[in-house]
Amino acid sequence: MNFPILSSLILLPLIGSFFIFFNKSSEKNRTIKYVSIFITFSNFLLSLYLWYIFDKSISDFQFIEDREWISGLINYKVGIDGISILFVVLTAFITPLCVISVISTIKYRLKDFLIAILIMESLMIGVFCSLDLVVFYLFFEGGLIPMFLIIGIWGGERRVYSAFKFFLYTLLGSVLMLVAIISIYWIAGTTDVQELYKIGIDQKYQNLLWLAFFSSFAVKTPMWPVHTWLPDAHVEAPTAGSVLLAAILLKMAGYGFIRFSIGLFPVASEYFVPLVYVLSIIAIIYTSLVALMQDDMKKLIAYSSVAHMGFVTLGIFTMTQQGIEGSIIQMISHGLISAALFLCVGVIYDRRHTRQIKDYGGLVSVMPKYAILFMIFTLGAVGLPGTTGFVGEFLILLGAFKKSFIVAIFASIGVILSAAYMLWLYRRVVFGKIVNADLKNIVDLNKSEKIILWTLAIPSIFYGFYPEPIFNTIDVSINSLIQTYNANLDIYFAGKN
Amino acid sequence: MENINLITSEIFISLSLMSLLILGVFKNNSSSIVYNLSIFTLFLSLLINLNLFSFNNFYLFNGAYKVDHLSNFMKVLIIVSGIFVMLSSSKYLKINKIFKIEYPILLLSSILGMFIMISSNDLMVFYLGLELQSLALYVLASFKRNDQLSSESGLKYFVLSALSSGLLLYGCSLIYGFSGSTNFDQISNNISEVQYGLTLGIVFILVGLAFKISAVPFHMWAPDVYQGSPTSVTIFFAILPKIAALSVFIRFLYVPFINLIDQWQTIIIFVSIASMVFGAVAAIGQKNLKRLMAYSSISHMGFALAGLAVGTNEGIQSSIIYISIYLLMNLAFFSCLFMLRRNGIYYENLSDLSGLSKNHPILALCLLISLFSLAGIPPLAGFFAKFYIFLAVIKEEMYFLAIVGLLSTVVAAFYYLRVIKTIYFDSQTEKFDINHDIGLKISLLVSTVIILIYFIYPSPLQALISKIVIL
Repeated sequence: MNFPILSSLILLPLIGSFFIFFNKSSEKNRTIKYVSIFITFSNFLLSLYLWYIFDKSISDFQFIEDREWISGLINYKVGIDGISILFVVLTAFITPLCVISVISTIKYRLKDFLIAILIMESLMIGVFCSLDLVVFYLFFEGGLIPMFLIIGIWGGERRVYSAFKFFLYTLLGSVLMLVAIISIYWIAGTTDVQELYKIGIDQKYQNLLWLAFFSSFAVKTPMWPVHTWLPDAHVEAPTAGSVLLAAILLKMAGYGFIRFSIGLFPVASEYFVPLVYVLSIIAIIYTSLVALMQDDMKKLIAYSSVAHMGFVTLGIFTMTQQGIEGSIIQMISHGLISAALFLCVGVIYDRRHTRQIKDYGGLVSVMPKYAILFMIFTLGAVGLPGTTGFVGEFLILLGAFKKSFIVAIFASIGVILSAAYMLWLYRRVVFGKIVNADLKNIVDLNKSEKIILWTLAIPSIFYGFYPEPIFNTIDVSINSLIQTYNANLDIYFAGKN
Repeated sequence: MENINLITSEIFISLSLMSLLILGVFKNNSSSIVYNLSIFTLFLSLLINLNLFSFNNFYLFNGAYKVDHLSNFMKVLIIVSGIFVMLSSSKYLKINKIFKIEYPILLLSSILGMFIMISSNDLMVFYLGLELQSLALYVLASFKRNDQLSSESGLKYFVLSALSSGLLLYGCSLIYGFSGSTNFDQISNNISEVQYGLTLGIVFILVGLAFKISAVPFHMWAPDVYQGSPTSVTIFFAILPKIAALSVFIRFLYVPFINLIDQWQTIIIFVSIASMVFGAVAAIGQKNLKRLMAYSSISHMGFALAGLAVGTNEGIQSSIIYISIYLLMNLAFFSCLFMLRRNGIYYENLSDLSGLSKNHPILALCLLISLFSLAGIPPLAGFFAKFYIFLAVIKEEMYFLAIVGLLSTVVAAFYYLRVIKTIYFDSQTEKFDINHDIGLKISLLVSTVIILIYFIYPSPLQALISKIVIL
């Protein structure tokens, strides 16, 4: 295996963005549109090929590339295991859809937007592939720049405030992680994740380091009480920006929890489990209640994202096979469904230029196709059996019941609440009478919208009925993750007694 | 005098600056020739210096002058930035009608002074070099003599700088009195125990040096001088004297007084933290871009000093990497500033940048890159500069310094973002002129491209600097 497939996945969008940069920007220029679709789509195919040739029976990292980068200090090291491959595929899957959505909706500075999206794709794939903490940090933070510009240039009215809030919140969380990464370098002598898994990190440092990583991931997830940037960012971001944010950016933190918090600091993770449980439960219940009260559709979905990510963190820190697998499926399902929901809101926002729930009603009679798709995704968000949302939530609750009955009870309340706010949203927007006379002239989905939404709907139903391919991929890796975790804990407690 | 060839570039610069002066005085309308010849002089001395690059640990004039990797590297940095500064600012000088023969000659003599500072291994030589560069800078700051702000900044710089030179000289005499020598190596040999007179001397010299690099609490001159001086001088101020003063910091602290590290380490840590925090906080309200850069450079000097506070070779090296990247970022930013010209007037306020990205997308992109790099956002070069600093700082377990420094970057990110917001999110105004001369374009392009692609292969600079071993 000599062909650097992971590096090509990372570099391909970057090369595409260079090509677009040197192209003329004009309204009629179709080259940039075709190039961006072509690049992102071929990247998706490449990622599928990667998934196909990925050996699902071993837990080790595969397709490793290890090159000297900062000589004597840090190597550029990428590689994937069963956990990361799914996120790579998800990223490569979502980006072409974003590109299509951008091309059909963005009216000004299209070229810049496409460049930003392509750079984002490179960075996000890089995050999921990197096997070195510094390389990871580079990709993780680099994503701030294009996202800041996406929110700030193409966003809504309060875009400046939201862009600043997004940037500064995330940066504040991340600088502490940088301190922790450098400390790890001096404590363990390397920032190579694979090496660190082998040698482990001295227990007396673990708690502080865990907290430093947690501060970054908690902001990015986002967990209560540092979630407030998310509704703002979502509301003001253009549709494609919201999709990227919800579908992929938030997953970086969940992935980070699994890969780094649990993998590198098992003792500290065990120690801080109650903290994560409490924050997750608050996120699930409190933000669900907040979501119930929203008038703005995007804000509602943003709060529901916080609640769903609460399930994810809860599942990860149950440290059970079911819990972590459920979290990964929940992340993928949320990636598909929340992306689709934001696109659904975007569809009617493009037509009516309002996101207020009260301005709509009775859409089912004028937009039947839209109503069907919106229904699928609403049910997916609720977690109806037959959608990926159900598989994820069910497994997480299973894992939670194994560990703590009370936590599981509270989390189950969240499931009910999610049904309440999503179905209520659907009822108010789609059913009922057409209050607003303008709505009568609204047109149903056009071709590109149909393509995007069905492409999202099919996998979220398919994997809801048949999640086997996903389990197949992650099973071995998670199994070994939990085994190493428990082994580490045993060593620690044996040493303590 | 067998090693006289090691100071060829100093001799060459002084000879050519004298002959350029004669040429300028006796030939009419010769400012353009003198300017170009000065650039050529710098270029030749760059070649000479690159030839000397492998020489290490050579002494001249009874140990008063030292040529080693540190001095070679810093001299190259000075010359390279000098060349780019001159290349980028010629049109600015012409339009502002200050394109006179004195200008390049003063620049050259200031650079000569910096060379002497960098190589000095003796308090007297060091002071001579410092005064040579400062005297030239006083005149340069007030070079636009019809302009009130420029005269004011020249005077302000002169008065405060003279005060700091006085303190510095007093420190030198104290050190001489308590150690019996002015030579750095001999001072190091003569010191056996902590003496308060010596500590006091170190403090006075540190005050003088902190003034030169505008570290808090000796930064008061910087915003006014940056704003008042012609922009071509501001860019000079922002880059070159800091390189020179930083290398003196290294040589002064680490050769004679490394054994007294307990005495000065706390001071440097305090100055470093104060500069990082103050620079970040005070820049928030600024509306003038040059003033903003003054505060930004205060904060950046705080980071460079954080590397020095560590007391290890890694710390020194990280500081040098920091100043090299800082040079690039400032060069890129000020080159952009030189491009904000409309009908013969240069604009330098934040509001003038409004909507720049719609009128001048390439210029806006360059500014974006340099600003994000100044803020230290990966994967741009500015991030690596900070990364090396914190690598050295955390190695010595100085977590407080590291965390305060990193938190101050978050605050600093706010005002850089504000500039980017003005460029990218605000509505557009009139277009600027686009007929810039080739030198300016080259310096902007070179600096921005290096900032952008530095992350691909950061090793060469690191390999070069890792040769600089002081301890």
